Amino acid sequence: MSIEQKVRDYILDNYLFTDDQSALSNEDSFLNKGIIDSTGIMEVIFFLEEQFGIQVQDEEMVPENLDSVKNITSYIQRKQAAG
Amino acid sequence: MCGIAGIFNLSSAEPVREPLLQQMITRLNHRGPDGTGFYTDNHVGLAHARLSIIDLEGGKQPIHNEDKTIWVIFNGEIFNYIELREELERRGHRFYTHSDTEVIVHAYEEYGDDFAQQFNGQFAIALWDSNKKRLVLLRDRVGIAPLFYTQQNGRLLFASEVKAILPALAHSPTLNAQALDQLMTFWSPVSPETLFKNVYEVSPGFMLIVEHGEMTSRRYWDWQFPVSQDEYFSASEQQLADELHDLLISATQIRLRSDVPVGAYLSGGLDSSVLVSLIHHYGNVPLRTFSIRFEEGEFDEGNYQNELIQHLGADHSRVHCANQDIGNAFQKTIWHTESTVMRTAPVPMGILSGHVRSQNYKVVLTGEGADEVLGGYDLFKEAKIRQFWAKYPDSEFRPLLLKKLYPYLDLSKGRGMTYIKSFFGAGLDQADAAWFSHIPRWNTTAKCKEFFAESLKAQLSNDAIATIEKSLPRVISRWHPFNRAQYLEAKSLMGGYLLCSQGDRMLLSNSVEGRFPFLDHRVIEFANRVHPKLKMKVLNEKYLLKKAMGKYLPPSIVNRYKQPYRAPDIPAFFMDNKPLEYVSELLGESALRDSGYFDAAKVPRLLKKIEQGRAIGYKDNMALVGILSTQIWHNHFIKNFNKNFKSGG
Repeated sequence: MSIEQKVRDYILDNYLFTDDQSALSNEDSFLNKGIIDSTGIMEVIFFLEEQFGIQVQDEEMVPENLDSVKNITSYIQRKQAAG
Repeated sequence: MCGIAGIFNLSSAEPVREPLLQQMITRLNHRGPDGTGFYTDNHVGLAHARLSIIDLEGGKQPIHNEDKTIWVIFNGEIFNYIELREELERRGHRFYTHSDTEVIVHAYEEYGDDFAQQFNGQFAIALWDSNKKRLVLLRDRVGIAPLFYTQQNGRLLFASEVKAILPALAHSPTLNAQALDQLMTFWSPVSPETLFKNVYEVSPGFMLIVEHGEMTSRRYWDWQFPVSQDEYFSASEQQLADELHDLLISATQIRLRSDVPVGAYLSGGLDSSVLVSLIHHYGNVPLRTFSIRFEEGEFDEGNYQNELIQHLGADHSRVHCANQDIGNAFQKTIWHTESTVMRTAPVPMGILSGHVRSQNYKVVLTGEGADEVLGGYDLFKEAKIRQFWAKYPDSEFRPLLLKKLYPYLDLSKGRGMTYIKSFFGAGLDQADAAWFSHIPRWNTTAKCKEFFAESLKAQLSNDAIATIEKSLPRVISRWHPFNRAQYLEAKSLMGGYLLCSQGDRMLLSNSVEGRFPFLDHRVIEFANRVHPKLKMKVLNEKYLLKKAMGKYLPPSIVNRYKQPYRAPDIPAFFMDNKPLEYVSELLGESALRDSGYFDAAKVPRLLKKIEQGRAIGYKDNMALVGILSTQIWHNHFIKNFNKNFKSGG
């Protein structure tokens, strides 16, 4: 399964409580749509670290990396490429 | 406190019969186990379940005036009854009991509808003026004693709890979807709504007058705040502290009036410590205190409780509350709250009142209200910081003040700051809105509504915030933002949750009466004219209270970090990572489809997320408790209506 699909499924299952793929677009902002709040983002980080074997640095906890499926996917790809 | 119930014929000609009243009042046995009394005529029926506290022999209700033309049933206490009685006797009224109840009928004769202004107390009153064929339903200023009503087939039905009205209904009640929407935003319905469709409460500070087949609602008291600087007290800080000190002594002393022993709750926080110290120094009664301990350190305040007990030498007892106790008692708790709750916090309060009763006490003083009246909540601080931040929303420095308030927030550069800012920064562009202070809390709670079933959403025609806005007085926009936050807190969370679901209902579930010195209207009216800067000096909460009363307390209690009262939520409903049996059943697809309130596909996923240990946020926590309590409510009052209310009790 692709990174994008894994992230999508996680968000759909844990925050939107649905399988309906149309409930979320890859560009939807988690903050603006109220999908994830300030405590919720910690759960997302735990998931990313566990699932993709990365460590999210303090300075990386910004919306540019974490605020949509698209942003997370490119962030993970960059992290993995950097090894 | 006691229980009252009654029927008034608005247009019905059918005489009110005692057996129906009997069925109604039986449901309130927990509020008044010491006896029942009835009055009926062709127009009205009154029923009373008594918890005898004052004039144990002679205080049986209903009580009447000299010529038996005015009758009253009453739940609560009129604490200034001694002074009122002296005044009324001077004016020629004759009394036949020594109870506080009897001053009500004579005060009505003497002052008419302004009689409410005379009372210092907590009360829900039904008064029948047989000459004028007039019924008056009256509730205390802040909503300590409950009173509900509905209309059916030309009759007005009323009672201290909705469960006493239900036996008189022809059909099962239904859910008030709008109220559920409000509960899942503000933690309480907007008064006078209740979770039962077409059942209303008499709002705090209101009287309902029923005459010539018509009902009129009249407000006799409300929280008022200054609209200009010169309306605040100009006296010095010390003078104001002295005045508050004296007022609190008086408010406590009159609340110790009783013909049975009076105890006090001691949480270990500032408010209950102040109260217990006042009883110790000025009460002239033995100091008997009660507290609750939690197995989880995060919730437990035992060290502070012990410190004060040693300091004052109280006769103290405690009850321990394990997570499992909360899960086991939750269904019974909802039977008493008759409402959705968003947290389990009421449950331990019910366990505590059970302990009080087991020690043969039936009256306790509690510190409730101090945070609202004297400015104690974190929410007030949070609003102050957000207000400061809203002036320069791009400031990097201003939101860092939030760390003073929530030390556990990591506000170091980068780490989650954007997310924290997005939470607390919600509504910065609405700094002038009356509800600015409450935007972050309401936003968080409202997330639970994502679980509403589509059919329930379709019933929602009014936006919750627009509804509460309509209920606010116009003058609120002229009040200081701090006072606006106080008003909202008093009207929503305090009146609609703390004093009922977590207060009256939990106390009376075990026949224990609570008394609230900080909610004495003299204290409120005084405090409302104290400038906010003296209530919260910079970010030091309840500053004036500390200045007034700190001398009686160990410094560690005066200076301690304020810990909000909370109880374990999610862990209470799971054993070895599996939900308790009833939780699993009520949150399963079948039960969800049966009630129809929540999305039967989404909720089981929430349960699964929790089981797998993936739920750590407030939102999931509140959603679980809110949905589960609503499902239990449905079971008790809708699904099992016939079994619970139509089988003769």
